[in-house]
Amino acid sequence: MLKVHRDTRNPDPSSPLAIRGLSVSYGEKPALFSVDLTIAPQSMTAIIGPNGAGKSTLLKAVLGTVPRLAGQVSIFGRALASERHRIAYVPQRASVDWDFPADVRDVVLMGLYRQSGLLRRITRADEAVAEDALARVGMQDFRNRQIGQLSGGQQQRVFLARALAQNADLYLLDEPFAGVDAATETAIIAVLKKLKDAGKTVVAVHHDLSTVADYFDHVVMINTRLIAEGEIGTTFTPKNLQDTYGGRLMTAQIDRLREAGLH
Amino acid sequence: MSFALSYNVVLVMIGAGLLGIAAGVTGTFMFLRKRALLSDAVSHATLPGLCGGFIVMVALGGTGRALEGLLIGSTISAALGLWVVQFLKTRTRLTEDAAIGAVLSSFFGLGVVMLTLIQTMSAGQQAGLDHLLLGSTAAMLREDAQIIAAGGALVLCIALILHRPMMLTAFDENFAQSLGLNLRLIDGAAMALILAVTVIGLKIVGLILIVALLIIPSVTARMISNRAHHITPLAGVIGGVSGMVGAGISSLAPDLPTGAIIVLVSSGFFLFALFFAPARGVLASAARARKFQRRVHRRQGLLALAQGYHVHEPYTRKLLQHDGYLRADGVLTERGEDAAKAALRDETRLAYLRRNPVYSEFLSRHDGLSDLSRSFTRDELHHIDRAMETKA
Repeated sequence: MLKVHRDTRNPDPSSPLAIRGLSVSYGEKPALFSVDLTIAPQSMTAIIGPNGAGKSTLLKAVLGTVPRLAGQVSIFGRALASERHRIAYVPQRASVDWDFPADVRDVVLMGLYRQSGLLRRITRADEAVAEDALARVGMQDFRNRQIGQLSGGQQQRVFLARALAQNADLYLLDEPFAGVDAATETAIIAVLKKLKDAGKTVVAVHHDLSTVADYFDHVVMINTRLIAEGEIGTTFTPKNLQDTYGGRLMTAQIDRLREAGLH
Repeated sequence: MSFALSYNVVLVMIGAGLLGIAAGVTGTFMFLRKRALLSDAVSHATLPGLCGGFIVMVALGGTGRALEGLLIGSTISAALGLWVVQFLKTRTRLTEDAAIGAVLSSFFGLGVVMLTLIQTMSAGQQAGLDHLLLGSTAAMLREDAQIIAAGGALVLCIALILHRPMMLTAFDENFAQSLGLNLRLIDGAAMALILAVTVIGLKIVGLILIVALLIIPSVTARMISNRAHHITPLAGVIGGVSGMVGAGISSLAPDLPTGAIIVLVSSGFFLFALFFAPARGVLASAARARKFQRRVHRRQGLLALAQGYHVHEPYTRKLLQHDGYLRADGVLTERGEDAAKAALRDETRLAYLRRNPVYSEFLSRHDGLSDLSRSFTRDELHHIDRAMETKA
């Protein structure tokens, strides 16, 4: 029998992101139902689950982009409104029209909107921040490139650079490795690991089960409801995977995952 | 007389120019947000309010011609139309385009019926009311021009202040929201600006064609520029010039429809950009496609010859002969031999790079067609060749 996961403790103020009783629905079918979770500080956490499990919705509900039916979200122990500046969000690459008239530099500078506001001119310091962010993802040679001319991997790096320019403490990424080339995947994970080493917290919706154990140290497994959360070693288990994915995950696949790094 | 006329013409031209700038700038946001057609619903929804304003003013004992009263009436009904579009979109399963279609036609139909009723009324001065459909400057008063100029300037200021959040929203609304931007507020402000431009433009452009002045300048600017920061001011300039020139032309004869002429002038700009814009224009695209085709044929031909095959396609042979690579009898010249060998070597290198995922980053610099020496430095090519040798 499935035990319903319930975390009734008050959100830990040291947690970059703690959620209690979060429910979201599009129409009358809940996309997320009564989710509790507590992200560990300075962790790299993967959010995994089958298609339609509410992974992206979870991030959007945290950011207030989709309305919450119920539940609380606390960011570093406080309300979202006062801590928004400490969050950087990387939406799904496919969620925007890349034919938009902008070059790489324009997009990265959007990460500085909070500082530049409505009318302030872009300063040399802003340019330097954008330049540094592009260098960290290896895209400095593309600064004047039209975004529509970039490959999928390059577009994803530009999105990451925009988040880096925000200089946040909590990074929320929606499928950062979807449809990118191997080199970009390596580059992105290197950047994320450096963020973690610098004391930041990284939470990413992830779809490739074979790399979860290599890339992340914590995992959140959801399928509308929270199935499990915790350190990879204790949480990313065949039983939890079966509970999360149900019949969709073949036993053979789980065996392969176990060989690939599960203990 | 001639002095008075030219003074009036100048006034109208300035008013139309300011209106055009405001329309071009606000229209850019709607265009980039992919909601350009919403402005069409707004403009058509002004008609019932316009007629309602007239009827109310006449009922109160006036002539029904005061521009302020007409503008207030049209603002109310256009806002109502917008609200209905939003309501249909969020509360029913209708998509925005269907909602726009429904609102546009119902409101306009109602307006036309009211306009017909007004023509039969005995009180009030209804003559000229129908000019607000297509715009006219013949009977424009100085006060009208002042309202238009002041309104246009105000709209422009607000549009410039909101430019950054609007562009951010147009490109990536999820990211904009993650920064705490209120989408409803930004979209609402944009619609208020569209509504203001429509209402201000009633007198000069008329309600049927104002949508053209909102959309055409930004579409034209998009043909010319690839950056939102440039498109907005460019659209303002195109709109402004169209307004001024169109108003000027329409004042040459007494019965010319001002709105139609302004729109035709801006369409002229669009047509010109459509064909002659440097990167996205029809001619430039065709030339680029042609050039690309030639490169493909040349490369394909050289690779075939390098591997000892015959080239049968006449176009390829013609190209290679023209380049001096191929003799008329189908044999490679000395230059052709070299070029073919180089092409084959590049192809072998590419195959090696593709086989090794570590090079995928490297490979993304190359377009898959031109000489590798264009995409890679001599040292890099040397490195590839050495790596291939050691592998072999």
